[in-house]
Amino acid sequence: MLIIIDYDAGNVRSVQRACQHVGLQAEISSDPELVLAADRLIFPGVGSAISAMDRLRAEGLDEAIISFYKSGKPLLGICLGLEIAMEFTEEGEKDCLGILPGVCKRFEFSDRVLKVPHIGWNELKLVARHPVLANVSDGDEFYFVHSYYAKPIHEEHILGMTDYGDITFCSVMGSNNFFATQFHPEKSGKPGLSLLATFATWDGQPEC
Amino acid sequence: MLSKRIIACLDVRDGKLAKSVKFVNTRDIGDPVAKAAEYYRDGLDELVFYDITASSEARNIILDVVARVAEQIYIPFSVGGGIRSVEDAHQLLWSGAEKINVNTAAVQRPALITECAHSLGSQNTVLSMDIRRVDESRDFPSGYEVVINGGRTPMKIDALQWALQGEALGAGELVVNSIDADGTRDGYEIRLTRMIAEAVSIPVIASGGAGHPEHLLEVLTEGRADAALIASMVHFGEYKVSEIKQWLNDRGVKVRLRY
Repeated sequence: MLIIIDYDAGNVRSVQRACQHVGLQAEISSDPELVLAADRLIFPGVGSAISAMDRLRAEGLDEAIISFYKSGKPLLGICLGLEIAMEFTEEGEKDCLGILPGVCKRFEFSDRVLKVPHIGWNELKLVARHPVLANVSDGDEFYFVHSYYAKPIHEEHILGMTDYGDITFCSVMGSNNFFATQFHPEKSGKPGLSLLATFATWDGQPEC
Repeated sequence: MLSKRIIACLDVRDGKLAKSVKFVNTRDIGDPVAKAAEYYRDGLDELVFYDITASSEARNIILDVVARVAEQIYIPFSVGGGIRSVEDAHQLLWSGAEKINVNTAAVQRPALITECAHSLGSQNTVLSMDIRRVDESRDFPSGYEVVINGGRTPMKIDALQWALQGEALGAGELVVNSIDADGTRDGYEIRLTRMIAEAVSIPVIASGGAGHPEHLLEVLTEGRADAALIASMVHFGEYKVSEIKQWLNDRGVKVRLRY
């Protein structure tokens, strides 16, 4: 069964609806045991990493997500789900799950024309091949809403990049059975839906 | 590079699509769910619903429309109109909206913006401002005043000051709607849009007055808007969303063309 983790960070129902649209039945749950028992897991989220981490810890979901990752089953992180997978975020100087080595930084621009949060449609530049990206083309646009971006330490974890102002940030990352997007596939029209459909059939192996 | 967003605005009254000229004389022009789906397929970047239903018993109608639209479109979708509390906002999110727009109730009780930002996140909390032109004075240094109740009630609040206050209170985006330009199709209020876009560090959505793709070009470049709201231009079939985007792209505005 596919579980979407609900920890009160954003609209999980829109992720569920997009999954349904591509023929994928998904249950919403905040129960760590159900999360661990899932066949595949979506870890979504928007908003503050500080309150998100606090809620995950309070519910025991932080340990459940880490254990799920270690089990080798397919795990998809979306937006805050990507940021929290890192070791640390500048947002509130918070320790995160540490699934991927690296930190999250806040967008800082000297040019005030560039707005933060980074909200809107932006291009994905593919830098590595991955099974979940099989039906995504270089230059496809996706919908972003975020103020922080991840900097993975190991380059092999970076699958896609996006430019905002003079910052080029990692917008897709992956490690083993973990795959994550900074953008919202559930709000990104056709390319986003197609990415979700591909995730639904992914076996968790990172090689194409 | 970030694309400029083209956002279609649907005024919904009693579950039907309506369009007003200068906020009065609204007339019904069709089924909002069908329109939303049509625009989505044609490359729309984002959708906004304004519920202009007056009666509270009609509240469930908009929730039903929102739910039906959310099953059809997979782009950001925000809803405004009549949101007075975090509970109202949550009802809309649960029905399928992505963001909520607060307007009149936020002017009357600014803490509503902060409450929504804390509960739904700033990125889901949009402050929509209805603004009219006034003489510059000590009370209105920007030369613009905030109005509420669909443009009927002037509030003696300077528009630029309210925009900055809205950002400080936690709004994640601003809709700058010119009452003077609304429904005229003579173009956006460029000076107002630019003034606010340059003053705040959150995205600004220009609203009111779009009648020709030239108007979008103007407000997205000279007006410094991050996004442009359109309504009549597309509702009556005069322009297609995809045509407007192609036209803007041909003139050097970065828009999303693959969909």
